[in-house]
Amino acid sequence: MERFALSVEKTKTWVFCMIFLLLCCTTGKCELKEPKPTDSGIFETVKPFDSGIEEPQPFPEEEYGNLPVFTMDYARIQIPFEFTLWVLLASFSKIGFHIYQKITIWIPESCLLIAIGLIVGAIMHSVKEEPPAVLTSNVFFLYMLPPIILDSGYFMPTRPFFENIGTVLWYAVVGTLWNSIGIGLSLFAICQFELFEVQDINLQENLLFASIISAVDPVAALNVFDDVGVNEQIYIVIFGEGLFNDAVTVVLYSMFAFLADMPSISSTDVFLGVARFLVVGIGGVLFGVLFGFVAAFTSRFTSRVREIEPLFVFMFSYLAYLVAELFAISSIMAIITCAITMKYYVEENVSQRSCTTIRHVVKMLATVSETLIFFFLGVVTITTDHEWNWAYVMFTLLFAFLWRGLGILVLTQIVNPLRTIRFSLKDQFGLAYGGLRGAICFALAFTLGDNINRKNLFVTASIALILFTVFVQGISIRPIVEYIKIRRTNKDLNTINVEIHTRTMEHLICGVEDLCGQWGHYYWKDKFKKFNDRILRRILLRDNTAESSIVSLYKKLELQNAIELFDTSMGDISAVPSIVSLSDEKKEATRPKKKFKTGDILKMHDILAKNMYKIRQRTTAFTNKYSLPDDSRTREILIRRHASIRRSLRAESFREQPAQNISKSLRYYSLQPGGSLESALSLRRRSPAIPEEDLLRSSGASPRSSSRSLIPMTRLNTITEQTSPKEPPAAAAHPLAMENRSSLRGRKAPVATPRRHSSNRADEDEVFSENQAGAEEQHPPPQGWVPENRDPGLNEAGNPLLRQSSQRSWRT
Amino acid sequence: MGATQTRPEPQYQDLVEDTGFSLEQIKNLHKRFEQLSGNADTISRENLERIPALANNPIKTQIIEAFFDKRNQHGNELGSYEAIGFKEFLMVMSHFRPPTLRTTEEEKEAMREEKVRFLFNMHDTDGDGKITLQEYRRVVEELLSKSGTIGQEAARAIADAAMLEVASTNVPNMGPDDFYEGITFEHFQQILKGLEMESRMHIRFLDASAAHGFCRK
Repeated sequence: MERFALSVEKTKTWVFCMIFLLLCCTTGKCELKEPKPTDSGIFETVKPFDSGIEEPQPFPEEEYGNLPVFTMDYARIQIPFEFTLWVLLASFSKIGFHIYQKITIWIPESCLLIAIGLIVGAIMHSVKEEPPAVLTSNVFFLYMLPPIILDSGYFMPTRPFFENIGTVLWYAVVGTLWNSIGIGLSLFAICQFELFEVQDINLQENLLFASIISAVDPVAALNVFDDVGVNEQIYIVIFGEGLFNDAVTVVLYSMFAFLADMPSISSTDVFLGVARFLVVGIGGVLFGVLFGFVAAFTSRFTSRVREIEPLFVFMFSYLAYLVAELFAISSIMAIITCAITMKYYVEENVSQRSCTTIRHVVKMLATVSETLIFFFLGVVTITTDHEWNWAYVMFTLLFAFLWRGLGILVLTQIVNPLRTIRFSLKDQFGLAYGGLRGAICFALAFTLGDNINRKNLFVTASIALILFTVFVQGISIRPIVEYIKIRRTNKDLNTINVEIHTRTMEHLICGVEDLCGQWGHYYWKDKFKKFNDRILRRILLRDNTAESSIVSLYKKLELQNAIELFDTSMGDISAVPSIVSLSDEKKEATRPKKKFKTGDILKMHDILAKNMYKIRQRTTAFTNKYSLPDDSRTREILIRRHASIRRSLRAESFREQPAQNISKSLRYYSLQPGGSLESALSLRRRSPAIPEEDLLRSSGASPRSSSRSLIPMTRLNTITEQTSPKEPPAAAAHPLAMENRSSLRGRKAPVATPRRHSSNRADEDEVFSENQAGAEEQHPPPQGWVPENRDPGLNEAGNPLLRQSSQRSWRT
Repeated sequence: MGATQTRPEPQYQDLVEDTGFSLEQIKNLHKRFEQLSGNADTISRENLERIPALANNPIKTQIIEAFFDKRNQHGNELGSYEAIGFKEFLMVMSHFRPPTLRTTEEEKEAMREEKVRFLFNMHDTDGDGKITLQEYRRVVEELLSKSGTIGQEAARAIADAAMLEVASTNVPNMGPDDFYEGITFEHFQQILKGLEMESRMHIRFLDASAAHGFCRK
């Protein structure tokens, strides 16, 4: 079908038409692999381009002759236009294979992207179209690489990283050097054989080539490891290695590229090379830290300009990158350290929404860059001129595999005695096999200078290596990892108990280390934490009260619960807006979650909003490179937890003194608000004889029932307001009851609506913040809270959720 | 080098078998022991409380208590010592040995249970085999005691919530009249099941005889 379309349109020579066709072609092609539903979907999305072609029409250009009815100035828009089309094409294919989920489980996305790239390349080749000249050295290093690196740096799981920093750097630096030099020398040895006809490649060029292909890009491996829940140590080592060896590779690459031009190399050059290597690396780190702190400091003052708040993160990290590039020091190191440094502080300073925006945009840019690179890889594989040399390519594959395995083996033997948790052979295999080559390798090869005489051979060999590792290793790594049963770790523990005991253990270990006079990394962690709390946080954060992670987790769980409660029960309330229920609800006012004063709400939400990040940072330590870290798992746990509570919640089964004389029905009753409110109400109506004070006592006795469903919010209240009495007097709540309830009804819908979406996992992050926004809406004075923190203008105009809710509260 | 030792080697040899430490590690720890005790044979609570580095540890008392707890001596005794000798000191320390590559799965499992038991004992202050709500609250309160702004109230609420969490995960179908008395060891194991205790709760005991870490008292 697309062939037909092609022949019809062939007469048109405009390039954009070509690309438009390609768009149709590719989507057509990829439909073959996918279930039916794709067809209409993609064609619908493609259609608008028909009108896109005619678009220049309304803008006739001025000419000296007759006024032209129809002109075009394609050259003017060519570059951005083609770029847009390429991005769209790549994005469409991404949509395509996410429609059929199972594909991406078994075949890494990079494989699919390359495959589609190959198809497009084949089509372009058949119509003799040149590949776009988009991917030049400058474009790659200045525009495509920074987002990818920023993404990895920004979503770097901080705690495991610093716990394993030695090993990570060891593998990244020494491992890459090992690979480059090992592969380079072995290939040079191969070049000495006349048989293979590659004698004209000298040592420098071999080393240059080796440095290109020693950059591992373990995206596919990471996805797999993340899915199967492989243990944290391996994960972080692969993650960190992939990240930092990019830096090492780029430095090596520029060094060797420089050396490749030199006629001869003396020993001082080698020494200078080593010195330069250090200067470049350490300089990059320093620049990164500097810009990171500046960014964090800046974000302290952005509370009035929420609209541009996320921008600072990008601008400062990009600035770090560019400045490092200016001084020819490692820009990758600069942007990584900048991201790591600023993240902690910036996320606490900015609002929840800005935080979500930052995360999304970081992910989006990185995904686009990476998608494009893989896509181009496919296209270029077909369209470029290859110089195929069996021996050289095969030996490249062999040596890359061999030296990687050998490197891991040897380096692990050296690093293992220094580690407390050593890598077993299985772990080492995982590490070695996870060493796929990817985007960086291709880009570096493709941007090789023309002065390299066998450039085409190098490109061919790199592409062969990438295709081999991505397809063979990438596809087989999942079955293998599952088969050899690499030590797994349960990473989605998110209960208060676990948090408490993790902390207990940290303190315990720290204490025992002190006791036996040894300092492990807990000692340094402790020291840094103190330094951070005393100095850094004061300078960099607007609100610098230190929070214990236990408390923040607790708050998070509670907030979650509250949201769910509103979900489940609020509908029932407004469904019965009778006087009876109103008066009934007055009694319900003992429900602690209604006892907020505006000031408390302000404080609470401030704290909550901030702690949300912290916890999310912790729990989503493992990020998937292709998708935003979501808290779907957390949510699932919470939902399950809540469900189980609802089922089993018996406040009285859990109390301080077993001998509490509360009748069974009353007990049940006091609990009921946690469960279905409707039944509680009906129950209450049926049994109006229950003395109110008893009621108050039973439901207001927070420490005893203390369940997560109700009391929690009281607790939060007391957290922000220390002076509050131990057992909040129930009467005090009454005056507020009416007001709160009316707002309660108002908030019903906005909370419930996003929840429904929450089944859609992909957008979990968003939904979560929406939920939060929804939760924020609960409280009567819409403009009142946190004037300095939340931008009222944005609140009203920017967020559809808000508009909804204001309508709703107005309605009620 | 053996001649300069104040203690005879055979005694260490016993300890190696009992605790699983290497000879070097025991020597190092013994040096530290002498440093802490002021060259006496036993260590008292006061000795440990004087360690400056411990001063800021929120669970300082719990840690120190653990050293004097008879339950941590691998015996079946209850109660606590007034002062402990080197052997007892080592026994407590042995809870913090990291697993090695040679540890088998069963050994790991045992190690894990040992570590969980240690934590459990730390929380179960009265030794009745259950962490009651009061005990748990104390744990959380102490844990949060250095966090500044968080009051006792919050700590209590958190402990309560945590307790209920244990109750709901372990006794899912509790009747309305049931009362969850406290966390038993089995339940405690259950809630910490996913946590990789054996690879998390450990200390790297120095092997080298010239331990540079001992410069602080």
